Amino acid sequence: MTQPTEKKFRAVIVDDEELARQVLREFLTMHPEIEIAAECANGFEAVKSVTELKPDLVFLDVQMPKLDGFEVLELIGTNAAVVLVTAHDNYAIRAFEVHAVDYLLKPFGCDRFEAALTRAKERLSSASSAVMSPSAQPARLAPSPSDLAAAARPPAQYLDRIPVRDGTKVFIIPIAKLDYAEAQDDYIALCSESKKHLKQQTISSLESALDPSRFLRIHRSYIVNLERVARIEPYGKDSHVAVLHNGTQLPVSRAGYARLREFLDR
Amino acid sequence: MHPILGNLRRLIPYLLGWLPLSGMLVYLLAVPGGLTWIEAFALGIPLCLLYGFMCLSAWYSCRWTPLDRAGALQLTLTHLLGAIVVSGFWILAAKALAHEFSSFSAFNGVEPHLSKNLPLLFGTGILLYLLAVAFFYVLLAVQQSQEAKEREMKAGVLARDAELRALKAQVNPHFLFNSLNSISALTSSDPAKAREMCILLGDFLRRTLGLGEKAAIPLEEELSLIRSFLAVEKVRFGARIQMEENIDKDALDVFVPPLLLQPLVENAVVHGISNLVEGGSIKLEIHSRNGTISIAVENSFDPDSPPRRRGGVGLANVRQRLATRHGNLASFDVKTEGDRYRVAIKMPADRPERAS
Repeated sequence: MTQPTEKKFRAVIVDDEELARQVLREFLTMHPEIEIAAECANGFEAVKSVTELKPDLVFLDVQMPKLDGFEVLELIGTNAAVVLVTAHDNYAIRAFEVHAVDYLLKPFGCDRFEAALTRAKERLSSASSAVMSPSAQPARLAPSPSDLAAAARPPAQYLDRIPVRDGTKVFIIPIAKLDYAEAQDDYIALCSESKKHLKQQTISSLESALDPSRFLRIHRSYIVNLERVARIEPYGKDSHVAVLHNGTQLPVSRAGYARLREFLDR
Repeated sequence: MHPILGNLRRLIPYLLGWLPLSGMLVYLLAVPGGLTWIEAFALGIPLCLLYGFMCLSAWYSCRWTPLDRAGALQLTLTHLLGAIVVSGFWILAAKALAHEFSSFSAFNGVEPHLSKNLPLLFGTGILLYLLAVAFFYVLLAVQQSQEAKEREMKAGVLARDAELRALKAQVNPHFLFNSLNSISALTSSDPAKAREMCILLGDFLRRTLGLGEKAAIPLEEELSLIRSFLAVEKVRFGARIQMEENIDKDALDVFVPPLLLQPLVENAVVHGISNLVEGGSIKLEIHSRNGTISIAVENSFDPDSPPRRRGGVGLANVRQRLATRHGNLASFDVKTEGDRYRVAIKMPADRPERAS
């Protein structure tokens, strides 16, 4: 039996303002059990650091260059306890929906910070005990971070870009450059400029996040950008394919064909 | 609601106006008509007052056929038909009245006398009705111009209200919260800098406070407001903000609406610089030429960040305020070129002697 040393928590601070990081750093250094693993000044750095370092705690600003805090969360899909830190109080509901541990409003004092930290530690200890117990092993039932983010998206506002991550690299697909999306098991393949990017998300949650006047679910597994559709051709006895401008052929289901017709006849 | 029938203070002068006409009618009945003077008086005056009431109906037909919209044919037909109907009823009334009078011994000849004059009476009725039509058209025109004046005044008040609301909304609370957060960071690491930032922030707030009541301020004042705003933002963003100015000296005394440019600069910071990892520059250009002042605020931005993060309420406000003040004498253009975002304003240069 080894000496039960107190576990060190590793924290990452993400904020584009040096002074804002400084406040968090100052409050965190009062806790010897916490080690600051990295400080990031923008969304890309945050995704890279969190995927590489797998910290226990993330203090995340919402408005940042490159990626906002919610997009970062969507990409990292981390088990870390995330505390959102922002001057805007109107993100609170979204923060709750993406399972953030707490929501710190700038400027905040030491007491408020301590409360957030305590809550984060509780979340971490309950999560680690859940991992220990064998009964709680299949934790894959939880929706993916992208699905959560899609659900948390403000209503009547459609996506204008989709961030995707490949290892520690982040790509941003502007919605106008998305040709189609294809469901592949737990993932969707986003096809843009003849490249495919994989993302862990269900096709239904992507569908609900896209502007229905520009994107159509033509098949159980396919959503197409309507601007890319060149023509629809019959295929076999009573099914159809959609031919895109770049020649790609996508299957169209019977219900999808009805929807397409309805759209084209309008 | 009838403008005369529904208002006693208008009805009485209106009926008094009919008295001279009734004198005329008495004369017509007596001299060319051949009625005795007593018969002419007894019939003429009540008939004329009655006709005064009957002609009030002309107001409705005038309102249904407005002069500026109805065609000449519609106009003629409507009012001629109205005249014939109303005048027709009038001579029926005259006959009935004469019949009532004939039971008195003094008036036993009135009925045959009147019957001879019915065409004369009918013609007079038509003319009088048309006179009433003309009168009501004048009345309608007066009413309309009054309403237009009232509307204009209301619109002016609304525009001013909108401006005041815009001014109040413009000091962005998030700017305050973020600045306070920076101060909170500095209090332990660099107390002197924290104090300096408190002073900068106080300076900016004090300048904005008094501005709401003023209709216009010299450009110089607006510029110093912008500089104190940027001084605060520079503490937050450090080297990420660079400022370039290219300002004509003789533009400094031009009067501009307060907080017209500050939102543009704030916009440049919030939607431009703050989305750039390395930051960028804000360029302010002001030129004054031939009584026109041109102002341009240009900033770098991240073309990859979605468009909803650019522009917004601040810009819409500025555009609206320019439009209410100068109409189409002012222009407001937004242009993006590569990674530069540019808002350009042109407006008449109000100098102090003209502004006061």
